[in-house]
Amino acid sequence: MAGTAFQKIYTKLTQITKATCTVQATGVGNEELATVGGRLAQVVKIIDNKVTLQIFEGTEGIGTDAEVIFYGKPPTLKVSEQLAGRFFNAYGDPIDGGPEIEGEEVEIGGPSVNPVRRRDPSELIATGIAGIDLNNTLVTGQKIPFFADPDQPYNQVMATVALRTKADKIILGGMGLSNDDYLYYKNSFENAGVIDKIIAFINTTDDPPVERLLVPDMALSAAEYFAIQKNEAVLVLLTDMTLYCDALSIVSNRMDQIPSKDSMPGSLYSDLAKIYEKAVQFPTGGSITIIAVTTISGGDITHAIPDNTGYITEGQLYLRRDTDIGKVIIDPARSLSRLKTKVIGKRTRADHPQVMSASVRLNADAMNARTKLENGFDLTDYDQRALQFSRDYAEQILAIDVNVDTEEMLDKTWALFQKYFTPEEVGIKDEFMKLYWKKE
Amino acid sequence: MTKGTVKGIISNLVYVEVDGPVFQNEICYIDFHDIKLMAEVIKVAGNIAYTQVFESTRGLKPGNTVEFTDKMLQVKLGPGMLSKNYDGLQDDLNKMEGLYLKRGEYTDPLDEDSIWKFTPIAKEGDTVMAGDWLGSVPENWIDHKIMVPFLMEEKYRIKSIVPAGDYKITDTIAVVVDDEGNEYPLTMIQYWPVKLPIRAYQSKPRPFKTLETGIRTIDTLNPIAEGGTGFTPGPFGTGKTVLQHSISQNAEADLIVVAACGERANEVVELFTEFPELDDPRTGRKLIERTIIICNTSNMPVAAREASVYTAMSICEYYRSMGLKVLLLADSTSRWAQALREMSNRMEELPGPDAYPMDLPAIISNFYARAGYVYLNNGQIGSITFIGAVSPAGGNLKEPVTESTKKAARCFYSLSQERADSKRYPAIDPIDSYSKYLEYEEIQDYLNQNISAGWVDKVYKAKDILLRGKEAKDQINILGDDGVPLDYHSRFWKSELIDRVILVQDSFDPVDKSSSMKRQAYMLNLLLKICNTEFDFESYEELQPFYSRVINVLVQMNYQSFESDKFKEYEAQLESILTERRV
Ligand SMILES: Nc1ncnc2c1ncn2[C@@H]1O[C@H](COP(=O)(O)OP(=O)(O)OP(=O)(O)O)[C@@H](O)[C@H]1O
Ligand SMILES: [Mg+2]
Repeated sequence: MAGTAFQKIYTKLTQITKATCTVQATGVGNEELATVGGRLAQVVKIIDNKVTLQIFEGTEGIGTDAEVIFYGKPPTLKVSEQLAGRFFNAYGDPIDGGPEIEGEEVEIGGPSVNPVRRRDPSELIATGIAGIDLNNTLVTGQKIPFFADPDQPYNQVMATVALRTKADKIILGGMGLSNDDYLYYKNSFENAGVIDKIIAFINTTDDPPVERLLVPDMALSAAEYFAIQKNEAVLVLLTDMTLYCDALSIVSNRMDQIPSKDSMPGSLYSDLAKIYEKAVQFPTGGSITIIAVTTISGGDITHAIPDNTGYITEGQLYLRRDTDIGKVIIDPARSLSRLKTKVIGKRTRADHPQVMSASVRLNADAMNARTKLENGFDLTDYDQRALQFSRDYAEQILAIDVNVDTEEMLDKTWALFQKYFTPEEVGIKDEFMKLYWKKE
Repeated sequence: MTKGTVKGIISNLVYVEVDGPVFQNEICYIDFHDIKLMAEVIKVAGNIAYTQVFESTRGLKPGNTVEFTDKMLQVKLGPGMLSKNYDGLQDDLNKMEGLYLKRGEYTDPLDEDSIWKFTPIAKEGDTVMAGDWLGSVPENWIDHKIMVPFLMEEKYRIKSIVPAGDYKITDTIAVVVDDEGNEYPLTMIQYWPVKLPIRAYQSKPRPFKTLETGIRTIDTLNPIAEGGTGFTPGPFGTGKTVLQHSISQNAEADLIVVAACGERANEVVELFTEFPELDDPRTGRKLIERTIIICNTSNMPVAAREASVYTAMSICEYYRSMGLKVLLLADSTSRWAQALREMSNRMEELPGPDAYPMDLPAIISNFYARAGYVYLNNGQIGSITFIGAVSPAGGNLKEPVTESTKKAARCFYSLSQERADSKRYPAIDPIDSYSKYLEYEEIQDYLNQNISAGWVDKVYKAKDILLRGKEAKDQINILGDDGVPLDYHSRFWKSELIDRVILVQDSFDPVDKSSSMKRQAYMLNLLLKICNTEFDFESYEELQPFYSRVINVLVQMNYQSFESDKFKEYEAQLESILTERRV
């Protein structure tokens, strides 16, 4: 993304911290791009002639006489059809040995879409995974993260989800991705034969952390090109947003900002919202859907990162290893897709909403029964049945390796209802009971 | 006019060196290429004005010139605001061109060319003052009053007023004269600085009536007063927005102003899409006809987010002065507080708790104080009822925004994670939540007279049942099902009955989403009757199947139109189930 148009050179650094430096310069614009001693940097603060820059690669070895060259423009990405099938670093430079991209140069992190120009998301995304399609249906234009512990197979699940959807383009924004996971994504995409609809912007654990700050904006600028210019359905995968936030806090702490909760910057909510709100459905059919990963530590969702994320995204998906069946499931109790109500029962069978909530409720009863059991209490007959139901439900429907359509998920759930419960216990509207509760 | 030069930029905080007087909250425009970026003075130190820019500051440079306006941030008021979609600065979003919001594009909140049918109310020679009604124009189905501008502080005599007829909002409809003989031509347009309350009324009594929201857990258990204030704190995903949307659809108000403040764009798009289609349950007109949407979503500039709640409140005050019953819903006021925090941090002010500004409690309480029931100068009444959503960090209610709001708002509707997780929506916790209004004698009298004699006692009775049920449940959890007397189970199931039938309400069901007060009274009476009945059980294991059936039938009733044949059929079924075990 380096450019040469109009450059001013300065060599007087007055302050250097771990992630930032300050230089005396004039005529510099806010958020402008520069190089400091050859490393890319961006203006984050200007007071009189003191310009503070965040240096993406870090400041190790930067001297007070380092050459600072200003580009006169913010970070940009060249967009065109040529992006498809390509892998880039955080700056948008190819890392796959292919040629540079030719195309229109756009500023990344650009303006927001006027809300009145959006359309209400209403296109269902089918994945064949019941934890999603049945309980937490996703919709194009939605933004939703996986809240996962670092040891859970979130990248695998996300790759599976991505490959099963019918997206026109899949854009991967990898932040602090381990090299193994990077190769895993690359291989899965290649093996699935979809490499020509993949675009990746990758910052691995080997790369400097502050570089990650560019990744979401790069990925989303590419996404906007395809969604707006080409009316395509674009799926953006962002992993791991927690590492992105960590990079944010490095920069803001170096700038002496007063940290708020969990040493995150006070602007964390707005910073994350600017990214996630790029998810959009356009009336012309183009859309950007964002599925992200936010790793959480010890399941603590009150930490500022998952907390702010939860307040921004349209639901969240939790992975859980179900020890009864030895498989990973999407936890029905805590996961939620907020936009599901826009499609379930409308784009899917009419009994879908009721079946979904009944199964979640009955499953919750099973969880209570389990707690009772663990506390050494006797189980009632109902508790026993709920537990059995919950086990079958996980094994036959929820397990991530089950791949069936929604109709079949609904039928299977009805069968389990009938196997373990009375109509009253299931508590579904009579009109559906009449249709789907088989007479003995 | 004072001019200035940009000296420093930190995100959207811009330091401006000024060459003349400036005042706090003064609006200025920063020249940037061929556009002007609007900013507000938030602090002055020597000849440096600290301004918050209502736009992205990308590319801004020291040396950019600045013009001050000698005005505070203001709204433009007049007929034509209903059904509009504004941003936080009252720009008409539909008038903006292109897909993206463009920096420096400010659009007219009103339609200056529109024609309105004006009918005079005042006549030549009348003495008038700020807020007095000069005439009216029909705006959708509201009788929109054209008033003496609130900024005019004297008493005036009407020199002339136009006869009934069609006029543009820019036409002079009256000329008034002050004591010194100065003449003021008035149009249908007036301006108001949003950070100041409009005080063109006689008095603000204590609220004495309730406002129906259609939400049972509010109306039955913890009613909000017309002109009252309430707030709904809750962790993410517990249903604040769904609750606000459903109140906005069903509440019995003349006018609803929805301020989407720093929340999701898709949620606003939902309003844009649905409101033109949905019927107002009371009038049968489309909901959009009584709605104004102010939206400054989370990806829109942060400073305008703060402005958005004031813009919304000022518009409410304007309509209240016409003698209307206005409901303001703001989602979420925490985002506004966070906008204040972002600025205060950038200015390196001494932080209060959680790095919020020290004066946060005062800011919040001043804002809530702008709601209320008023007697206008002409004896008519108007009201603003305000319900704000609060998004506590980490779901912890002991954080500054929740605590400050708790001091300011009279109703506390606490959304519980536990209830949301078990899909008991709306997830308002019946035990922790309260309405101070329920303790007001005026409100108690109103309820007892308008719903039924002894209503308030019944409400407290229901609350008791819920509390005792919870206590019983706790004991059962500790001691085990057979470790407690049978009576504990029965207490638990009675509370479960009230919970699942009254508190739980399906916002997405066409019938259940809104309950009339008459229906709510009927159901509460019915349930209390069941709770007062003695049933015969041998062992605790018999309770669950019995009550499941009772609850199931009652829930089916909730899904039927009130007093319909189906409704009555279920009621008959209920009766026969009850008979099985009635002592
Ligand atoms: N009354 C209700 N009936 C059914 N489902 C509901 C109800 N209220 C909330 N929900 C469910 O919970 C989800 C989240 O609700 P909502 O968006 O109102 O939460 P919120 O408190 O506003 O969250 P945030 O703070 O993140 O904005 C909804 O998408 C819906 O699935
Ligand atoms: Mg919300």
